[in-house]
Amino acid sequence: MSISPELSDGLVAVVKQDCPTCLLVDPVLQEIERAGLGLTVCVQDDLDFSKATRILDDRNLEHSFGLGIETVPTLLRMAAGREVGRVVGWDRKAWAALCGMATLGEGLPAYRPGCGSKSVEPGIVEQLAVRFGDVGMQARRIAVPPLEDDIELCFDRGWSDGLPLVPPTEVRVYRMLQGTRRPPGEILGLVPPNLSPCTIEKVAINAVMAGCKPEYLPVVIGAVEAALDPVFCLHGLLATTWFSAPMIIVNGPVRERIGMNWRGNVLGQGNRANATIGRALQLVVRNVGGGRPQEADQSTFGTPAKYTFCFAEDEATSWETLAETRGFDRAQSCVTLFSADGPLGCADQKSREPAALIYSLAGSLRAVTHVDVANAADAVVVIGPEHGRVFDAAGWRKEEVLQALHSALHIAGVDLGMGTDAAAPVVQAGAKSTRPKFRPEGLTLVRAGGEAGLFSAIIPGWLMKGSLGTDPVSKEITP
Amino acid sequence: MTSILLDPTGELDPVKRLPRRKPASLANLTVALLDISKSRGDVFLNRLDELFKAQGIRTRRYKKPTFTRPAPVALLQAIASQCDVVVEGLAD
Repeated sequence: MSISPELSDGLVAVVKQDCPTCLLVDPVLQEIERAGLGLTVCVQDDLDFSKATRILDDRNLEHSFGLGIETVPTLLRMAAGREVGRVVGWDRKAWAALCGMATLGEGLPAYRPGCGSKSVEPGIVEQLAVRFGDVGMQARRIAVPPLEDDIELCFDRGWSDGLPLVPPTEVRVYRMLQGTRRPPGEILGLVPPNLSPCTIEKVAINAVMAGCKPEYLPVVIGAVEAALDPVFCLHGLLATTWFSAPMIIVNGPVRERIGMNWRGNVLGQGNRANATIGRALQLVVRNVGGGRPQEADQSTFGTPAKYTFCFAEDEATSWETLAETRGFDRAQSCVTLFSADGPLGCADQKSREPAALIYSLAGSLRAVTHVDVANAADAVVVIGPEHGRVFDAAGWRKEEVLQALHSALHIAGVDLGMGTDAAAPVVQAGAKSTRPKFRPEGLTLVRAGGEAGLFSAIIPGWLMKGSLGTDPVSKEITP
Repeated sequence: MTSILLDPTGELDPVKRLPRRKPASLANLTVALLDISKSRGDVFLNRLDELFKAQGIRTRRYKKPTFTRPAPVALLQAIASQCDVVVEGLAD
């Protein structure tokens, strides 16, 4: 922000009437004027309160913002548009030194603190930054006509997933951008299907619309980065006739910092971070990428997960976390994206031994995609606390549970050959051989859920076939 | 008061995207038959190939590595440079 020419040289005092110290120093300002030192008095509120003659109206706070004033009175010395001296509050010796007037303010107290500048009152800073600052936001500006409802305009423009959006005003987007240190213009990648460049700013705009707080933004950015990794195959996931949506699982300290849910109703509604982070990713796909239902999104049924699907893992268990399994440590925050349909419940309220519980989980997992089809999709199993306790009590770690599940999940000679891998053998019905239901890396176990209920949740996904489909992707969340 | 919103879209969408005009006749044109690697897509395209050839229309066969991803650029360029129209075979 450049300094106004009126303030480029000489002394500048920034004051407001609503400040006892400013009232106290007003005679001093007149004293400086009488000495012919070239004083300009910027007034933030009542222009008539000061008896000084050279008053600059700063009721819109442009000069206070530009000069970075946090307290009034502040006295500055400017030279050729640059600040060369500053005194904050009333400090007789310092004022005298800055003005070169040894007897300045004689009779006044030696020191009085000032008051808060109007330019730093809550909620004002962002408005001033948008109005007067160089905030680096490049998106096209769209004016909402007077008397028109801005929420309805968001619907009319086709930005909404069907639910109301928070209108992305400049101030809201600027405030959102304060949630990251990354520059607004940084490009994260190309969003399918239109392959539009996605900047941090575009993510922030969509995060505002989704209802995110600024502190969620790094998580949304991490999710977008993961979704745009070619390994995730977002284009295919969006376009498929299958149900799936991107699902975000969050690990690490950020879960607690932003108040995410990994306890009761973990896959459901009611937690702002869980709900809005997942929604923000979907809005980026819709708005930046242009991926819309019945257009590029050709899903036959879709899934409620396409509104939003994001949750945190419960890390207070004896098991290695998802993040640790994927190579991160517990001090790191990260997101992992899977393709996911809605959850399928698995109730087993009787088993108290791991082997019996494996039988139940494996039986339910067999139904993923089709009961007789092997190796078509991966699945995430969210082990609830009460099921988790059965494994914990027997000392079963995650690896042992996975191994037991894979062993129990062989399909007996009835693969219908519906996988995408043309080279995979098609086993005819009635054949003696068996095939594994899931590829070795095709089952993922995480821990989450409410304390009561001997349940787990099976979350099947879309075609998980590496280069022929989608693979999970993890990204560290960076500030 | 008029409020200002920031555009959340890619800002790249054309007002209207028109497909190319369909040819009046396939005489002297080459038809690309693109198998997207869905199961039984070849059944559909083989039959079309027979029907085109019976009418004396040139065909060329192409295949995407997987239906889950967009066609590789090299494949798109090959089709665009060698053929005039494309039949893209879905199946299941």
